[in-house]
Amino acid sequence: MTEPRTSEPVIRMRGATATLGARPVLRGVDLTVHAGEVAALLGANGSGKSTAVRSVIGQVPLTGGTVELFGTPLRRFRRWARVGYVPQRTTAAGGVPATVREVVASGRLSRTRLRPPGRADRAAVERAIGLVGLTDRAADSVNALSGGQHQRVLIARALASEPELLIMDEPMAGVDLASQEILAQTLREQVAAGTTVLLVLHELGPLEPLIDRAVVLRDGCVTHDGPPPEAVGQHALPGHDHVHPHAASEPARTGLLT
Amino acid sequence: MEFLTPPFMQRALVAAVLVGITAPAIGIYLVQRRQALMGDGIGHIAMTGVGLGFLLSTNPVWMATLVAVAGSVVMELIRWYGRTRGDIALAMLFYGGMAGGVMLINLSDTGSNANLTSFLFGSLSTVSEEDVTAIVVLAALVVLVTVGLRRQLFAVSQDEEFARVTGLPVRALNLLVAVTAAVTVTVAMRVVGLLLVSALMVVPVAAAQQISKSFRATFVLAVVIGTAVTLAGTVTSYYQDVPPGATIVLLAIAAFVALTALATPLARRRARAREEDPGQCTLEVPAARPAGDDVRV
Repeated sequence: MTEPRTSEPVIRMRGATATLGARPVLRGVDLTVHAGEVAALLGANGSGKSTAVRSVIGQVPLTGGTVELFGTPLRRFRRWARVGYVPQRTTAAGGVPATVREVVASGRLSRTRLRPPGRADRAAVERAIGLVGLTDRAADSVNALSGGQHQRVLIARALASEPELLIMDEPMAGVDLASQEILAQTLREQVAAGTTVLLVLHELGPLEPLIDRAVVLRDGCVTHDGPPPEAVGQHALPGHDHVHPHAASEPARTGLLT
Repeated sequence: MEFLTPPFMQRALVAAVLVGITAPAIGIYLVQRRQALMGDGIGHIAMTGVGLGFLLSTNPVWMATLVAVAGSVVMELIRWYGRTRGDIALAMLFYGGMAGGVMLINLSDTGSNANLTSFLFGSLSTVSEEDVTAIVVLAALVVLVTVGLRRQLFAVSQDEEFARVTGLPVRALNLLVAVTAAVTVTVAMRVVGLLLVSALMVVPVAAAQQISKSFRATFVLAVVIGTAVTLAGTVTSYYQDVPPGATIVLLAIAAFVALTALATPLARRRARAREEDPGQCTLEVPAARPAGDDVRV
């Protein structure tokens, strides 16, 4: 870790309000993430967690409140290389074939901007691909990858700029178990190196041990901000995947067959 | 090589090569953004420019460039602000441009239906010295943008939301793609015609990506295919007296079909090389239920 942990917040959101169409999605959200912290935004679908994280990086305009990144108001923030962003996607592919390396390299543009990439930039791209375990697939088309590998490409793209803050929107959605483990490992290494992380999650899942703080949103308001809530009942079981508790709690044969 | 002798053919071939390079070079970004038909819309709008050119007795290529660029800027603005009603607004723009062009050409003294047809479907014999100069200048601009900014344009066209978070000037780059596409339309107009311009932006790219794995290879191959079909089509239309635009587009589609046929076994072989055969399922599936199981519900 090169930088000492300071109390300077990396993200500071105050009284944020936002609407989608006429519907209020954020109704006064406060969110502060300090350097080196791993914070998870949790909540049901429609709770506003994705909107909150997207307004942090200026993708959704706020109707009220303020956002600061690294102490700079969002409007004047320019040092985007410090931020790695993983949007909510099911695919890393576009309308034209592209290799893993080509997609990941586009994450380096926050440092290179309009100049051509140098040796250090290429090395950073290779390193990012290595971090997610795709070195042997670097020259392959992303079209040939599985869903979990797509997600790993998106994360490598965010890591290519060697960011201090990693913002991920549902990085575990649709990811197979093997890739989940690799993603958790990648994240663990980033956290150990001092990267600040803000995650949007549907459930804590395999990333739970990494998370310092959970912020739970409900109907556009923060309802919990503190240690991750204890998972209870069926939700605590590994591999739990939105199955209605009653459906899973009953062994298949009893009750049907005697 | 007799086709190289007449001066009009020399001009036509220069124009054809430049069209073959520039149309796929910008088209690849449109395909990547899944806006393959944008070129078609710009072609429609450019008609008004051609009509204005006739009416004001200036060079229609320059006039079409001006109007197409203005139209493409409006299209980008509609894309930003008119999320829900966007496609209706675009339709107005396209058909308004087309109708305006036809009306203006009919109003002018020099314009005729033959003239109109030559702009709609391309015509080799009418490519003038002036046109060639305009085409060379515009093509140089297109190549400069599409090759010089390939990394930035790739990022913006691949994932616009992500590109914004890298701090790239996404709006400016989107605008640049739109304007470059408009310029390309007018470059290609004389050879393939306004109605078929879009095909040359899209079909070579679609053909190339049947066998390519990377963006770079797709780009190079699309330009090679584009140049090959425009040259072959131009020469064919010299000997056979067939319309050049239609010939070029049909050749491009033939290239697409040929590469697709070639790609299917290639993809299968690649997939086989990658996956080590996991063999058949070996899990013993138990019999559904012992025969004597007494089921009562």
